[in-house]
Amino acid sequence: MSAVTLIDLALALLVLGLAAWVLATATVFRAAVGFVAYGLLLALVWVRLGSVDVALTEAALGGGLTGLLLLGAAARVTSGESEAGQPPWALRLLVGLLCAGVTVGLAAVVLLLPEPSPSLASATAASLPATGVGNPVTAVLLAFRAIDTLGESIVLVLALVGLWSLAPDRAWDGRPGSLPKVPPTGALTLLAQLLPPFGILVGIHLLWVGADHPGGKFQGATVLAAMWVLVLIAGLREPPRVTSRPLRWVAVAGSLLFVAIGLGGMGWAEAFLAYPDGLAKPLIIVIEVGLTLSVAAILGLLVAGPPAESTGRAADR
Amino acid sequence: MSTATLFGLCGAVLVGLGLYGLICHAGALRRILAFNLIGSGVFLLFGVVARRGAAAGFGGDPVPQALVITGLVVAFAATVLAVALALRLAQARDAEAEPVAGAERAPGSGP
Repeated sequence: MSAVTLIDLALALLVLGLAAWVLATATVFRAAVGFVAYGLLLALVWVRLGSVDVALTEAALGGGLTGLLLLGAAARVTSGESEAGQPPWALRLLVGLLCAGVTVGLAAVVLLLPEPSPSLASATAASLPATGVGNPVTAVLLAFRAIDTLGESIVLVLALVGLWSLAPDRAWDGRPGSLPKVPPTGALTLLAQLLPPFGILVGIHLLWVGADHPGGKFQGATVLAAMWVLVLIAGLREPPRVTSRPLRWVAVAGSLLFVAIGLGGMGWAEAFLAYPDGLAKPLIIVIEVGLTLSVAAILGLLVAGPPAESTGRAADR
Repeated sequence: MSTATLFGLCGAVLVGLGLYGLICHAGALRRILAFNLIGSGVFLLFGVVARRGAAAGFGGDPVPQALVITGLVVAFAATVLAVALALRLAQARDAEAEPVAGAERAPGSGP
């Protein structure tokens, strides 16, 4: 562990300053802009902490997609959202003191962490060869703690179901309508035509190198989803109707495949989600590819929002 | 003080800031932002634990790192749902504000 450098100190202060800006700035829209910058700086913090896998996820998901979502939402609630009505100053002072207490408690925990620190790194390193995967984080995500990843892929499907359930009845067979409607300009259209081929390559690259180097399915899927959303925002393609059967199959295919391979583990290995000897790596790759497609589709659909009023009633069931 | 400790303290302050914003702000979207600040602070604490657990040639303990990646994706899903609920609420308020036109117009056609 290295000593604190000036850059680290500046980074920490910038992150805290941006967090305060997000809370204190006058309008929600400015807060959302600040949050995007905050997410990107946080990705740098993760690099400094030696977690490049997390940094990639934070930059793509925390900064990119969350930022896009919040910017879109902030632009839509300019009128209805009342920012007034803060509690009286005495109450705010009390809340501030109590929150400072929480911070002090957590800081004490950080300063009093046991030395040497408990770690599963050695155990992971010892079992890594059995998985055939070189990146320990990928091995944890898809072998040692595969059940977490399975649960998470199902959470994404449930989030999509929840999001779509918020649509008014009459809008049910419509297309997702939360993406900002921008008038087509030459620059945006050109960007949406030029960038996706490269973005798709980058996404597939992230997925593929994730076995041995930083990267993986979530990072790759987020880049793929971002490319899709870019094409949708530029108006080059319409978002698909939520009643479309193929779309729904793509969304759930990754989780179904994961569950099927997991159940298979009860037969050909000794437990749910166990991989047979020698087949771990191919099975992990199959799961990763399936999950990447589904996660990319779901992330794109989550950003695209619930179905809005449909224009034509010719539903394609 | 090590780099990990510095960012751990940073995470502790983020949790406090986010908690304050969550309680004291009236706007739903701002509260969602504040909640995300709390989340990122908690993730940073995980990052500190991961960094301190560096061993066996790895830059950090991979288990907390994997947990944070899972957590980031779940946090995104929860944020999407929360934002959609807030927007739907705003739509319902708008529809109430214009009683006659609200019956004609589909709620989904708001601005």
